[in-house]
Amino acid sequence: MIKPKRRFRVPVYAECLSPDRFADRSVKEIMKFEVWEGNKKRPLGDLFEIHGEAAGSPEDLTLKISGDLRKVRMIGVGMTTGKILIDGDVGMRLGERMQGGEILVNGNVDSWTGCMMSGGRIEVKGSAGDYLGAPYRGSRNGLKGGSIIILGNVGNEAGCFMRGGVIKIYGNARDFVGIHMRGGEILVAGNCQDRAGAGMIDGKIVICGHVSSILPTFTIEEIRKSVKVNGEKIAGPFYRFSGDIADQGQGRLYVAKERNPHLRFYEEYL
Amino acid sequence: MSLLVKNGFVYDPLNGIEGEIMDIAIKDGRIVEEVNEGRAKIIDASGMAVMPGGVDIHTHIAGSEVNAGRLLRPEDHFVDVEIKTSVTRSGVGRSIPSTFTTGYRYARMGYTMICNPSMPPLEARHTHEELDDTPIVDKATFPLLGDWWFVLEYLRRGQIEECAEHVAWMMSATKGYAIKIVNPGGVEAWGFGRNVRDLDDPVPNFEVTPREILRGLCKVNHILNLPHTIHVHTNRLGQPGNYITTIETMDSVRDLAVGDKPAIHITHCQFSSFKGEDWSTLRSGAEEIAKYVNRHSHVTIDMGQVVFTDTTTMTADGPWQYTLYELSGNKWINHDVETETGSGIVPFRYRRKSYVHATMWSIALELALLIDDPWKIYLTTDHPNGAPFTTYPRIISWLVSVRARERTMERINKKARKRSLLPSVDREYTLYEICIATRAGQAKALGLSNKGHLGVGADADLAIYNINPREVDPSRDYRKVRRAFEETAYTIKGGRIVAKNGAIVESAMGRTFWVDTCFSISEYEQMHLGAPRDLKEKFRDYWTVEFENYYIPESYLHAPARISCR
Repeated sequence: MIKPKRRFRVPVYAECLSPDRFADRSVKEIMKFEVWEGNKKRPLGDLFEIHGEAAGSPEDLTLKISGDLRKVRMIGVGMTTGKILIDGDVGMRLGERMQGGEILVNGNVDSWTGCMMSGGRIEVKGSAGDYLGAPYRGSRNGLKGGSIIILGNVGNEAGCFMRGGVIKIYGNARDFVGIHMRGGEILVAGNCQDRAGAGMIDGKIVICGHVSSILPTFTIEEIRKSVKVNGEKIAGPFYRFSGDIADQGQGRLYVAKERNPHLRFYEEYL
Repeated sequence: MSLLVKNGFVYDPLNGIEGEIMDIAIKDGRIVEEVNEGRAKIIDASGMAVMPGGVDIHTHIAGSEVNAGRLLRPEDHFVDVEIKTSVTRSGVGRSIPSTFTTGYRYARMGYTMICNPSMPPLEARHTHEELDDTPIVDKATFPLLGDWWFVLEYLRRGQIEECAEHVAWMMSATKGYAIKIVNPGGVEAWGFGRNVRDLDDPVPNFEVTPREILRGLCKVNHILNLPHTIHVHTNRLGQPGNYITTIETMDSVRDLAVGDKPAIHITHCQFSSFKGEDWSTLRSGAEEIAKYVNRHSHVTIDMGQVVFTDTTTMTADGPWQYTLYELSGNKWINHDVETETGSGIVPFRYRRKSYVHATMWSIALELALLIDDPWKIYLTTDHPNGAPFTTYPRIISWLVSVRARERTMERINKKARKRSLLPSVDREYTLYEICIATRAGQAKALGLSNKGHLGVGADADLAIYNINPREVDPSRDYRKVRRAFEETAYTIKGGRIVAKNGAIVESAMGRTFWVDTCFSISEYEQMHLGAPRDLKEKFRDYWTVEFENYYIPESYLHAPARISCR
């Protein structure tokens, strides 16, 4: 059980909050882990109350973190196994470079959640910020594997440079879902703002809600009755677009027919 | 302050010293005959190799091009962060480190003098500002003059003397050190979407050929008596079959050499040693190049080694960068510097399993091993084009050990391995030869009389490596060699200990060398009277800056070191 001792006013980089680091350590040792608070290095024990028992192996370890964690960044960085349960809102870069294990958040998450992740699972009850599963700025190594499930809404550029794995968004998404996508699957159960799939080369985006427009560099291919995301069948019908032609891409963009009557003119080109 | 480095195995090829146990005395930043042992600080170098500070003849470390590369690659900074200490500043960057980090990392490897080889004259101010922020090491920078409109016009008219006058003014205006020529004529042609095909393909709008540019600037170099030769990045760089152009380039100035002195330096020669018609038939042209260099004394070259890693390519050669962009599909910066030159930047990853990349890796090592005289070929990666400069220790291990090369060979592309000449070469560099290739030879080629050796009067720049040449067999213990060259036991710069066991202990400021060819008139006179008349007149038409803002006064540099030549 981990709780912040006070409200943080500057960012706290708590890379050590991960089952891999906690395994085989006593609470006393854990308290001594170093974290940056702004430009000051502090022991973890100064910032957080920590109770509980140490587990031998990281697989059996569950970290329960609760409280106001909006300024706490990089929780679960590079974790390979184990579980983190978070009650409250979390700051940026949750589960960055994560390789395995599970993170469950009962609250909202900030931007760059699951950044450069390659395995494992992140589930968020609330909403997520921008760049969900995206790589660091300038890099082309986005989400490689694993799954991210967001029950709320997400910001811009979810799944940027995604190469594999799956992102499921049950709320609405803002601009540029799946920009530069190379592989993997994105499901948006809610509505989507503009420019979905811009610059995508491969992969699959499924939008079940309303989309105001499709990029002109996408061509319509067919109407499908249903579509599968991560093995799960979703009933349609869906327009299937292919693109982004500007990048010689062959990505698949599915948009629900019922919710988007303004896209009916595409049917003429079939 | 005086220092005494005791009992080290001293390597000083310029004075013919090979691994003798000697003491080196240092006083007031210079090497002296002897010092008062009681008063001097003693450094015990027993069991260690003592060499002159490293000299890098070709490394892109400063200027607008490098900085644009930094802006282009936040992901490169993300993976490599240096935290500040009580002595050093913080910094970032793997392939294009920030200025301070560049200086620290060079000093940690024992380098004390580095040359920034491509500076568009218009960006000279920016370049010097960055060089001033690159601590510890001494610096020099070469203005790009091979595609400058004035040069092209003069050479078309055959006016060598006038051209020399221009270049002389340009050297002092930009505080440069040597004439850099990049893809002569080709960069200018690229401004119109073209490139030049060979040495005799005239540049559009100027009707002057690359051969004329090379010969003209070589003559200018001689008239001005510059310490270094012309520093040439050849035409058709990076194109299969270009080794012929490279040999022609070297041959084009053969008759201009005076005595045994070199007349041309071909830089990052690996990129210019390709045989074959296209990428699939690419072969190494290293044998032919090496044969030519072995037979002639007017050429020096540097390797331009490729290392399998993620890096950032940047050069003034715009057309070549466009080819790289098309090959990689990566992000790309293309830039035209008004009347002067151009440039391009593309991030690039060299892969072991790629036939072309593995062949390039092999070519550079073949060049280094097939050219018999280590005074003619120097170790570079064309940082960051072939690899970041921090990979030098790894390259040293390939040079000193057949086994190290075999180890890497086992893991590269099969076809490349089969075609490589390396398995037939059993030469291994000695530490003495490494010392030539990484410092003495480069200092000699640059005409730096106080660098690259440990004779009395030389600058007290030393690198002390934790390697005992009597105990370590480089061929077998190549890992030890590599580790030793990664971090010095001591780096001494200007008589002060700046790095100790891989940590920076003092961050002194290095100097910037520049060549003064205008002689003995005041700076104001140099700027105004020294300037050729037509240059001033044309400034308004050709440049976006005013004449008065173009000239960089010596006072603008933190620590200028003027070298007068005549």
